[in-house]
Amino acid sequence: MIPYTKEAPQQIASEEELRARIPGWGADLDRKDRPAVPREQSLTTGAHWEFPDRQPEKGRRERSVEHRFLTPVFGTTVPLKGLSGGIRRLAYARYSEGRAAHWLLLILGDRVDAVESHVASLATRRPDEPITQSGVVSELSHDGLRSRFGRGRADVKHVWLDPVLVVGPWLMAGGLVFALGRTVVRALR
Amino acid sequence: MRAMVYRGPYKVRVEDKEVPAIEHPNDAIVRVALAAICGSDLHLYHGMMPDTRVGSTFGHEFIGVVEEVGGSVQNLKVGDRVMVPFNVYCGSCYFCSRGLYSNCHNVNPNATAVGGIYGYSHTCGGYDGGQSQFVRVPFADVGPMVIPEWLSDEDALMMTDALPTGYFGAQLGDIEQGDTVVVFGAGPVGLFAARSAWFMGAGRVIVIDHLDYRLQKARDFAFAETYNFNEHDDVVVHLKKITDYLGADVAIDAVGAEADGNLLQHITSAKLKLQGGSPVALNWAIDSVRKGGTVSVVGAYGPMFSAVKFGDAMNKGLTLRMNQTPVKRQWPRLLEHVQNGHLKPSDLVTHRIPLEHISEGYHIFSSKLDDCIKPVIVPEAA
Ligand SMILES: NC(=O)c1ccc[n+]([C@@H]2O[C@H](COP(=O)([O-])OP(=O)(O)OC[C@H]3O[C@@H](n4cnc5c(N)ncnc54)[C@H](O)[C@@H]3O)[C@@H](O)[C@H]2O)c1
Ligand SMILES: [Zn+2]
Ligand SMILES: [Zn+2]
Repeated sequence: MIPYTKEAPQQIASEEELRARIPGWGADLDRKDRPAVPREQSLTTGAHWEFPDRQPEKGRRERSVEHRFLTPVFGTTVPLKGLSGGIRRLAYARYSEGRAAHWLLLILGDRVDAVESHVASLATRRPDEPITQSGVVSELSHDGLRSRFGRGRADVKHVWLDPVLVVGPWLMAGGLVFALGRTVVRALR
Repeated sequence: MRAMVYRGPYKVRVEDKEVPAIEHPNDAIVRVALAAICGSDLHLYHGMMPDTRVGSTFGHEFIGVVEEVGGSVQNLKVGDRVMVPFNVYCGSCYFCSRGLYSNCHNVNPNATAVGGIYGYSHTCGGYDGGQSQFVRVPFADVGPMVIPEWLSDEDALMMTDALPTGYFGAQLGDIEQGDTVVVFGAGPVGLFAARSAWFMGAGRVIVIDHLDYRLQKARDFAFAETYNFNEHDDVVVHLKKITDYLGADVAIDAVGAEADGNLLQHITSAKLKLQGGSPVALNWAIDSVRKGGTVSVVGAYGPMFSAVKFGDAMNKGLTLRMNQTPVKRQWPRLLEHVQNGHLKPSDLVTHRIPLEHISEGYHIFSSKLDDCIKPVIVPEAA
């Protein structure tokens, strides 16, 4: 009548059976002797400084308003640029991480970045193109149909959404280019 | 050099990029020997992580050879074969000096709520990752470790995230001898968590997923009892039934932000990005664990809010434990486990993909095609 009485469930297998069947069973049985215990402990880390040297700041590096100053080390890939850069800079400068506005602006920045970047790529020797970049050709080489259907997968209900998400930004970028072109042509006439 | 580059949601390609330079005296530049794609990369790939910039290179799981070191580097030298934890961390801040390496305060100007992670958006510091021929490794004296002679490349690669995270997830469950442990998610993290639960004395390990080939792996590799949630009308009730209506002692969420199983939750988060993540597996964990039990969360969620069943967690008196893994803290013990033959990490590697074909690699892993569990990226084949 578990759990309506004080009785505990029966063990399915004995300690001996488990030891025999499972390599390493019980090797970390002692809870105090596990690497994550206690959670906070002082360990030798290899750091030979009290505060690290400071990496030089090139350009104006955005940072969370919850930081006292720019951290001594930071990543330098893809600095802010364009309209998405403005949106992201606003998110960092104006809102703390505790505010939904901070994250919603960053997500908006991501969507704008995707469209800006697709449009910009059209002017390069290597424009974006959805077929190779989405890797869909592997549907053919790696058994797309057999992998997905008739195998009890829960995600088959929404796979149709993926192509919409892949092609969406292209359609948006195309629309933008078209609208821009039309405006320019009209202005010239 | 050749590097994977993000081009927007669901789109990546390989481009020529500048070889990274030393930007700080404790930097090293590592020539990547092997990299991997992680379930976490899928959150970036699907455009769920705020401030993921087009043009950035992903990859927080990699091993390689030291190519160049900065002026203050003492513990590494050119030519060393190293494995690098996915955490970028200083080793000296308030948090690092207490062992919370994944919560370092000195490496991520963009956010205080998360530490630094290679190739994991600007929200995690704006570092380029290792799905590339070369990568900048900050705090070379702190994170990387020379790979022991006896450890194979693929085993070492699994040490950079998937194995320590699974193992850490099991530890967060505070497992006691004889406990029933249910693991949600049979990806690399969940499989390693299930396997590790036994090290801590679990009496019963149950794994839940909807991909039968992964559940097969959970039986073969992790010796687990398995159930496909898609075959059960209500997996929480099923779990209650098979645990004497008590619930499991410990539940581990190894699924994270893109959990399936509830169309509304999945679409509002994974597709529409209106939530920080779809908490389907987390809610199942909360509801299927016994009162007074522990929920360990290693599945990753975005920084925005998610519709979590917090009231149930409160009313049941649960202990919720979670973090990004402080990887290097797990290494000494995990190396012992591997050396003692308790597990072989590379058993989960299913695909080896040349860097040039990485867009297919992402699609295969993301769509779970061809029975993919863990894809490895090989830059030199480029
Ligand atoms: N805490 C950390 O430091 C850390 C490190 C690495 C990965 N992670 C996170 O761990 C999670 C798993 O990573 P992975 O590499 O194993 O990813 P993965 O995508 O290979 O595995 C996720 C698995 O969960 C399954 N799943 C989906 N919905 C489910 C549900 N409702 N119930 C049960 N299973 C469900 C999927 O079918 C899949 O097999 C990700 O969220 C990843 O971001 C966290
Ligand atoms: Zn990872
Ligand atoms: Zn630190």
